Amino acid sequence: MKTLVLTFILLVCSVLSLFVGVADISIADIFHWNAEKLALISISRIPRTAALILAGVGMSVSGVIMQQMTQNKFVSPTTAGTLEAAKMGLLIFLIFIPTAGSAIKMMLAFLFTFVASLIFLAIVRKIRYRNMVFVPLVGLMFGGIIGSISTFFAVRLNIVQDTNAWMMGDFSGILQGRYEMIYLSLPAIIITYLYANKFTVVGMGEDFSRNLGLNYAAIMNIGLFCVSLTVSAVVITAGAIPFLGLIVPNVVSLLFGDNLKKTLPLVALSGAIFLLLCDIAGRVVIYPYEVPIGVTVSIIGAVIFLILIIRKR
Amino acid sequence: MIEVKEISKHYGKKIVLDGVDLQFPRGKITSLIGSNGAGKSTLLSIVSRLLAQDGGVVMVDGKNVTDYKNKVLAQRLSILKQSNHVRLKLTVRELVSFGRFPYSQDKLTDEDKEKVDRAIRFLDMKDIEDAYIDELSGGQKQRAYMAMVVAQDTEYVLLDEPLNNLDMKHSVQTMKTLRRLADEWEKTIIIVLHDINFASHYSDYIVALKDGKVKYCDTTDNIINEKVLEDVFDIAITVSEFNQKKVCNYFV
Repeated sequence: MKTLVLTFILLVCSVLSLFVGVADISIADIFHWNAEKLALISISRIPRTAALILAGVGMSVSGVIMQQMTQNKFVSPTTAGTLEAAKMGLLIFLIFIPTAGSAIKMMLAFLFTFVASLIFLAIVRKIRYRNMVFVPLVGLMFGGIIGSISTFFAVRLNIVQDTNAWMMGDFSGILQGRYEMIYLSLPAIIITYLYANKFTVVGMGEDFSRNLGLNYAAIMNIGLFCVSLTVSAVVITAGAIPFLGLIVPNVVSLLFGDNLKKTLPLVALSGAIFLLLCDIAGRVVIYPYEVPIGVTVSIIGAVIFLILIIRKR
Repeated sequence: MIEVKEISKHYGKKIVLDGVDLQFPRGKITSLIGSNGAGKSTLLSIVSRLLAQDGGVVMVDGKNVTDYKNKVLAQRLSILKQSNHVRLKLTVRELVSFGRFPYSQDKLTDEDKEKVDRAIRFLDMKDIEDAYIDELSGGQKQRAYMAMVVAQDTEYVLLDEPLNNLDMKHSVQTMKTLRRLADEWEKTIIIVLHDINFASHYSDYIVALKDGKVKYCDTTDNIINEKVLEDVFDIAITVSEFNQKKVCNYFV
């Protein structure tokens, strides 16, 4: 039922997203087979909407999985250094092999996010004082360290401008032929969905998982793989989208609980809807210009996040 | 049957378990008692393969625990630790349903659902089965976890200090439930207890550990004895009889 409602809202938002923009396209144009406008839709609007949906689903699902793996509600790609690691991968690509294809770029970003997530998990395991807020703080510091190393090299090589361009997620540059890497997140999302029950068990902790006969280490590795693949695919295509993986899972958990088998579809749909709405808002606010989505998501996200923290007290 | 052979464990230089040999009889409640640091919880964790031992073997039904597939062992042996309490927002029914995870990972069969129902009724939680566990009281939470273990329906049930943080009423309730599990469902129960009166009242056998070694291992009646208890706990304990049950007084 909830899933149906959300699916419907997602459809409405997607249609809106297809028709909002600088070039005026109406549904009538499609019926009249207006070739120029149809081309615009297939080159720019459809890729953009598809990328938004995938990024929304991917980032929020990655957030849930990270929260299960660390048993901490405040861990997400933003608060675990994951985004910074993906960016560092991109920087290395820019410095050493800027002419290599996007597959290599993707692999580098994936590699960096994977290793950074491994390190973060190792740090979390070492922390004796597993406070709810302490773990994400460590994650933020960890991300800060990675970020500052990247910035150092970027400054040295005079490519700060380029690296800053990824700092803010932005979907305005998405065109057919330049965004397809994001589809790599799809298999990861599907795996996550198939393993939903196992990730819930992982969220109960290692002893609990073992008692239930779950191969804890294997599921952790699968989780790491899925998160790294999704996050790097999104960052490569659209840049860093902060907070999404934090807010959407928390709101869903607050309303509908943590049984992933039940809530994962809700998380995925809400993530996509939230991102689409933020993007549409960004396109409308200072029309005909655009506010990068990173800004809208950060503002709305930060407010919701604050409300969450205050309510938890 | 669970057999423990020559189990030893040390953390750094500190020896926690030193050549422990034990057999746990079927369909009975065996309590592990001893002072803090005697190795009770460590032993329980090793038997349930949550912790790796440094020497010796644990045999479950004649087979080394490490030779079992995770899933198969989880259908034979369950462990409830006081520390494995969950932070997730799950309803009682959802939590109990995860007890069936070793059998049917994702999709519950009708048999699973029936066992979940039975477990919920067994612990008298039908009226709060849709409540979230993070909103329950300590006693109700403990019952929810027990219901999960009951739904897991394993021959062997291990519990690490299940009475911690429970008041008297809920402690008694918990022990009575375990008694019924042993008597009616023929489960083999191994339990770490701190209060010797609970051990004396509800268990069939008692294993007393001291400094990582099995000091005594006998029927409850033989262990609840002033000399034995003084030797185990190093304090004077008087044992008196009340309604055919032995009561220990250690507030001397």
